[in-house]
Amino acid sequence: MRRIMVGVKRVVDYNVRIRVKPDNTGVITEGVKMSINPFDEIALEQALRIKEQGLADEVLAVSIGPGDTQQQLRTALAMGADRAILVQTDAAVAPLTIAKILQKIAEAEQPFLTLLGKQAIDDDNGQTAQMLAALLDRPQAMSCSKVDITDGKATVTREVDSGLETLEVDLPAVLSVDLRLNEPRYVKLPDIMKAKKKPLDIKTVADYGVTEGAAFKTVKVDPPPSRQKGIIVKDVAELVGVLKQKGLI
Amino acid sequence: MSKILIIAEHDGGKLNASTAKSVTCAARIAGATIDVAVLAADAAAIAAEAAALAGVSKVLVVENPANKEPLAAVLAPQIAKLAAGYTHVFGPSTTFGKDVMPRVAALLGVSQVSDIMAVDGSHTFKRPIYAGNAILTVEAPAGAPVVATVRVASFEAAAAGGSASIEKVDTGAALPSHTRFVSRSGASTGRPDLQSAAKVVSGGRALGSAENFKLIYSLADKLGAAVGASRAAVDAGYVPNDLQVGQTGKIIAPQVYFAIGISGAIQHMTGIKDARTIVAINKDGEAPIFESADIGLVGDLFTIVPELEKALG
Repeated sequence: MRRIMVGVKRVVDYNVRIRVKPDNTGVITEGVKMSINPFDEIALEQALRIKEQGLADEVLAVSIGPGDTQQQLRTALAMGADRAILVQTDAAVAPLTIAKILQKIAEAEQPFLTLLGKQAIDDDNGQTAQMLAALLDRPQAMSCSKVDITDGKATVTREVDSGLETLEVDLPAVLSVDLRLNEPRYVKLPDIMKAKKKPLDIKTVADYGVTEGAAFKTVKVDPPPSRQKGIIVKDVAELVGVLKQKGLI
Repeated sequence: MSKILIIAEHDGGKLNASTAKSVTCAARIAGATIDVAVLAADAAAIAAEAAALAGVSKVLVVENPANKEPLAAVLAPQIAKLAAGYTHVFGPSTTFGKDVMPRVAALLGVSQVSDIMAVDGSHTFKRPIYAGNAILTVEAPAGAPVVATVRVASFEAAAAGGSASIEKVDTGAALPSHTRFVSRSGASTGRPDLQSAAKVVSGGRALGSAENFKLIYSLADKLGAAVGASRAAVDAGYVPNDLQVGQTGKIIAPQVYFAIGISGAIQHMTGIKDARTIVAINKDGEAPIFESADIGLVGDLFTIVPELEKALG
């Protein structure tokens, strides 16, 4: 079975304007729309396209999170994933622990390719894919904007600060994906119905024998400092005047 | 007592400014000893530059033909070996550091502190979450190495004037051959580097075409500025991806930032939060960019930009 594993994280929806809790312990997530992390959606789309090209037999979507994460995994199944695993926990799980759980799943499921988003848009850590590759002692390519699979190898183009970088990696490998890799498909109603019948296994962290090590402590969460209200100038002459006065030109 | 190892970023011949900024971040930890590791095929010139940074005690040089290109899978096991004896290992939060440092962290058995924007103590740091819409103060566990990336826009570069010793090291790490460098494309434009420029002129979707984007380049050249773009302009194909400023592009901190025809989506504003002065030019007076701009001018960019260029002489 040629399998692709895709990581799916449940996060506060991209369009929600987030607010910090008054007691500074975190951000408000109650009553807020939750979605698949947009980068993970792109990872899933890529996995589906590779399968549709006849280069894979199965797409497995995996998530670690609270019980409600089933909603996001059902969306992943409706998009076209064949089955899903939810490792259910209500605890905040550190990136290394996530990577260790994914490692155990990868060792059991033996995917030839693992695709993850380059970062989750909630904690913005951007660590899991690299850590998983390290733990599996496999190649990594981060922030991919192009992925070609041929003859047991992947040729990937990565978005780097200086432009684009192309790497060739032996499979199995772990890739993280960037925004420009693809445009994820929309889910159609019949697919949502079909997805209800697809297998979704619920596991616990203990099932994988992974224990959380010394944890990071959240001291506090603050709103960002706000900028002072600026001025509106009426024309170019006034703009140039202000810029000169500030010594900026 | 903190002993900090900074992983140098370079292009094979020159040190990237992100390294000097990482040194400044490390120096905020009271009483820290700071060493820099240069992993390269030919490290002499890079090591000399690193040794000249004020505050650096020692430069560790690991020369190996395998280190010619910055492949995370090749560099990480060597860095993990070098990390022995250090309390902290820092890299820049650039695409280089974001690639390699989490792999190092996993090899050392710790999670990473991503994107340090302020240092509160040897193990306590501030970092942005939710695209910078919240700031997390996080404390890393004592007794384990702290592996972190440094948000370079939040720190000035360390000055020159240091005279660190340079020491060659053989890590003895086993290096994989499963990852191979093929090519790198990226224009050398002759313009200032977007990441470190003092002035940046950025264009958005309102430019309408790659052809019209010449207005932005022209104004930038007049000002001696770097050119940037919003995600919308990049997605529309007006400019290449490496010009993208914002949450998923570059996070920059210029003295002055011109946002031209950019509406000011949260994801874009995240990339310029640390800009000293933001100038917004947009025909929509209600555009969110005006809430964050220090100086706003409402009007048609196709009239204003040429006029501004002319007014600059």
